[in-house]
Amino acid sequence: MEEDKLSTPARLIVIGGSAGSLQVILKLFTDIKNTYPLSIVIVLHRSQTMELLLEELIGYKTGLHVKELEEKEIPQPGWVYLCPPDYHLLFEKDKSFTLDYSEKINFSRPSIDVTFQSAADVFGASLVCILLSGANSDGAEGLAYVKQKGGITVVQHPDDAEVSYMPQQALLRQKADYVLDTPALKSFIERFSV
Amino acid sequence: MNALNDEELDLLLDDMLQLYGYDFTGYSRASLRRRIQRIMINDKLPSFAEFRYRIRSDSHYFGHTIEEISVNVTEMLRDPAFYKVIIEKVIPVLATYPFIRIWHAGCASGEEVYSIAILLREANLLHKSLIYGTDINPAALEKARQGIFAINHIQHYSRNYIAAGGRNDFSAYYTANYNLAKFDEELGKRMVFSTHNLVTDSSFNSFQLIFCRNVMIYFDKPLQDRVFQLFDNSLEHFGFLALGNKESIRFSPIAAGYRQIGKEKIWRKTS
Repeated sequence: MEEDKLSTPARLIVIGGSAGSLQVILKLFTDIKNTYPLSIVIVLHRSQTMELLLEELIGYKTGLHVKELEEKEIPQPGWVYLCPPDYHLLFEKDKSFTLDYSEKINFSRPSIDVTFQSAADVFGASLVCILLSGANSDGAEGLAYVKQKGGITVVQHPDDAEVSYMPQQALLRQKADYVLDTPALKSFIERFSV
Repeated sequence: MNALNDEELDLLLDDMLQLYGYDFTGYSRASLRRRIQRIMINDKLPSFAEFRYRIRSDSHYFGHTIEEISVNVTEMLRDPAFYKVIIEKVIPVLATYPFIRIWHAGCASGEEVYSIAILLREANLLHKSLIYGTDINPAALEKARQGIFAINHIQHYSRNYIAAGGRNDFSAYYTANYNLAKFDEELGKRMVFSTHNLVTDSSFNSFQLIFCRNVMIYFDKPLQDRVFQLFDNSLEHFGFLALGNKESIRFSPIAAGYRQIGKEKIWRKTS
């Protein structure tokens, strides 16, 4: 299959990251003024004290609408949603968000694996998952599942990542569709704008 | 492993309802699917057919499944900012009642039941309080009755306790033994633990304060509305309803009769 994988219109981009990913995310969203026909969800390992700060930080840098997602909300095009700390994020068949307070996975809640897997079940080929810098192996298994379900997988280039372990683990688990440094990630995301 | 599909999940929920009277049809499918897949992996069941057969033919295995489906993750004084408001705004109101009745719905292994008991004791109100802890999981309730929790969490609970504004030394409330902490039996004497299914069981008393934290997130909208109605029927006028950090009564049918206390997920019944 040599066709451009981006030919299936993406409905959702999920960005997962841990240690060292915040700076990347801030760069990705700096000066984005275009509108997007899809929703973006960010799942980060972070402490509860960062909760409000992050929403403001990203909102300040971008022209996109940014908010912490709410339980049962259906993601709208053009919005950036942040997963609240200390909850797993899942998707229902009607695409609505479901929060889950079950056991940590990979020592993490939210777990990136959990969200990638659930998003893959619901969005299939119209899903793009991006895994950034981090010091744990969360996300690797989820990313492989996304690929199995026909979604697009993107990993931050380990050389570009502040903490390379998480991208490396994902790439060891399975080859990604794209391995990109921060500037390339930024233009990759901008390809989806209208 | 492939995800359990919708038809399989429906079959299973139907079996559980028909054979055992447990109704999970109003639960959020995404979480439920994850829980069930986890059970199948842990129990090394190779196929859905095998799992379904076990459920249908073995009531003990069904009991085990109930225990594993229900999420039992909890902690003492979870979200200290929330408990600070309980201490400053709710407990002073409770103090005006001759007898205090509190219901902790979906209390799992009871950590939050012990939390409120400690706070009531510090307000000198525990002797005239009764706290009901209910859950669908009998094994979790048995743990709650014992009041014995793993010692490795205690440091975290102590920090929560201090952040919430606790007045004592937290270690005054438990005795440590090897890797366990047993909480003061005087606390346990003011608690009643019993199974209760929010989906099918009705109101069993009236309360001045109901806790139900991180339970509603597992329910779909119709079931949430039903349970909110159940709480409304179980709450006295001017009583309090306390929910999890990401839960709200905002879009529920009972919202009009309640006023939120500050920013925390605590509402007071006003009509």
